[in-house]
Amino acid sequence: MTLRPDLAAIAAHVAPGSRVLDIGCGDGALMAELQSVSGCDARGMELDGALVERCVSRGLSVVQGDANVDLAEYPDKAFDYAILSQTLQTATRPDLILDELLRVGRRAFVSFPNFAHWRTRAALMFGGRMPVTRALPVSWYETQNIHHVTVEDFRDLAREKGARVERAWFFANESEIGAPAANWRAEFAVFELSR
Amino acid sequence: MLNPSLVFQIPQPLPLDSGQALDGAQIAYQTYGTLAPDASNAVLVCHALTGDQYLASPHPITGKPGWWERMVGPGKPIDTNRHFVICANVIGSCMGSSGPASIAPDGRTYAMRFPVITIRDMVRGLVALLDGLGIDQLHAVVGGSMGGMQALSLAANWPTRAARVLVLASTARHSAQNIAFHEVGRQAIMADPAWAGGNYYASEARPDNGLAVARMAAHITYLSEAGLTEKFGRRLQDREAKGFGFDAEFQVESYLRYQGSGFTRRFDANSYLYITRAMDYFDLAEEHGGKLANAFAGTQARFCLISFDTDWLYPTAESRHIVHALNAAGAKVSFVELSAAHGHDSFLLPHDQCDRVVKGFIE
Repeated sequence: MTLRPDLAAIAAHVAPGSRVLDIGCGDGALMAELQSVSGCDARGMELDGALVERCVSRGLSVVQGDANVDLAEYPDKAFDYAILSQTLQTATRPDLILDELLRVGRRAFVSFPNFAHWRTRAALMFGGRMPVTRALPVSWYETQNIHHVTVEDFRDLAREKGARVERAWFFANESEIGAPAANWRAEFAVFELSR
Repeated sequence: MLNPSLVFQIPQPLPLDSGQALDGAQIAYQTYGTLAPDASNAVLVCHALTGDQYLASPHPITGKPGWWERMVGPGKPIDTNRHFVICANVIGSCMGSSGPASIAPDGRTYAMRFPVITIRDMVRGLVALLDGLGIDQLHAVVGGSMGGMQALSLAANWPTRAARVLVLASTARHSAQNIAFHEVGRQAIMADPAWAGGNYYASEARPDNGLAVARMAAHITYLSEAGLTEKFGRRLQDREAKGFGFDAEFQVESYLRYQGSGFTRRFDANSYLYITRAMDYFDLAEEHGGKLANAFAGTQARFCLISFDTDWLYPTAESRHIVHALNAAGAKVSFVELSAAHGHDSFLLPHDQCDRVVKGFIE
């Protein structure tokens, strides 16, 4: 099974045997990979009941819950890693979610679509309308992405929260690209944080 | 009887939370499937308030199919081709396990001399049965409603006895509203002159009227407002116009009366008092220093909780409360709220998503 590139980057950098919480775990693809390949103890949280059902029926431990409220129930540093993939920009308060990630996990992985990618900028600049691109395929009135964020915005937020960026990966056209000018060139970003 | 139950005689007095002990207690049970030589494939299904051991085989009194035949059987989500499934009548009940209708050691019927029991006492009886069957660790313990309370109690008090714990439409404690509805039922029974302080076993008259009213009141709590509206609306029963009287004119009245009277044929009024009391006493956190997470500290079992969005008896918030405690205890837990039209009873009714979750978790 092929993982989405941001998930593959995360999977490759989670230490084997660690305790992991995947927030917004979807159909559990990353959790399954972490359990079978890396021997991790993976737990998940997902809002969509149909996806939770798929996870549970494949033997994964997933709780139907809302990251905006239900993370509060986990003890401090309960996990080695807290993972939030493609979910930050849908949160009611991304800043508070980031606090919670860094509280329940010793380290956090966060992936998100970069709103400052050149296609998005071009769509806005020349089209004058909210961008509908490969990375952001849903129109403004339907999208769950209520808090668009750029690579540089995220770095600022991490700094404000006293979080250290351990590593970062950037992706365009489904493959990894280098860090230079990532705020222009990256469609997606993955950050590994600690505090 | 269509299906004579197996009966297990508990070899020693069964200690109870009240401080008393039950001498010579017995547990009536049914099994389905074959126990593996290493006893590793046993699944214990715990029944609800008015349930019994006839899980997947016809009921000897009503002749109706087992109460969870859609879930348990060959090729079903709880697959009896793979698992050895046990279902036992809880103590306090009336289908062959020791209860108020049983004969006490002094040769007379217990009636209200039967000791007040708790959910944990019921589970003590079940654990004694597992000991008798030579089952150290269950592959899974499964229960809905009061059965879920037993599954949670087993996980909390005998944490090594089950590798998987599946709880449907249940709660870790009875709320004031839950207790209130049960009290209505108990008062209906005790207000029936035929109840006679519980000593009706030798007489012709039984407190069937009181028991039927208790069942009618409880039955409403098992359904949803939308479900009742869909099924009955304001439709009249066997008549074109209102009769300006007090017969069962509305279909919903007729249905409830039918449910009430049908129930009295298979259930003992005193058992209803004892079991509802046991449920009202249930508060898993209270047993563990007031903190629910303590009940599950150090557990190695995997948990799965399922709630139904129209269940107002044990609403989703109660399942979430348990999930939060399990998270705090670091337990492996899954939870899903399923959409269903029929309230609390949804766990007993056909539901494809529920089947898939149960199957995935049990395998």
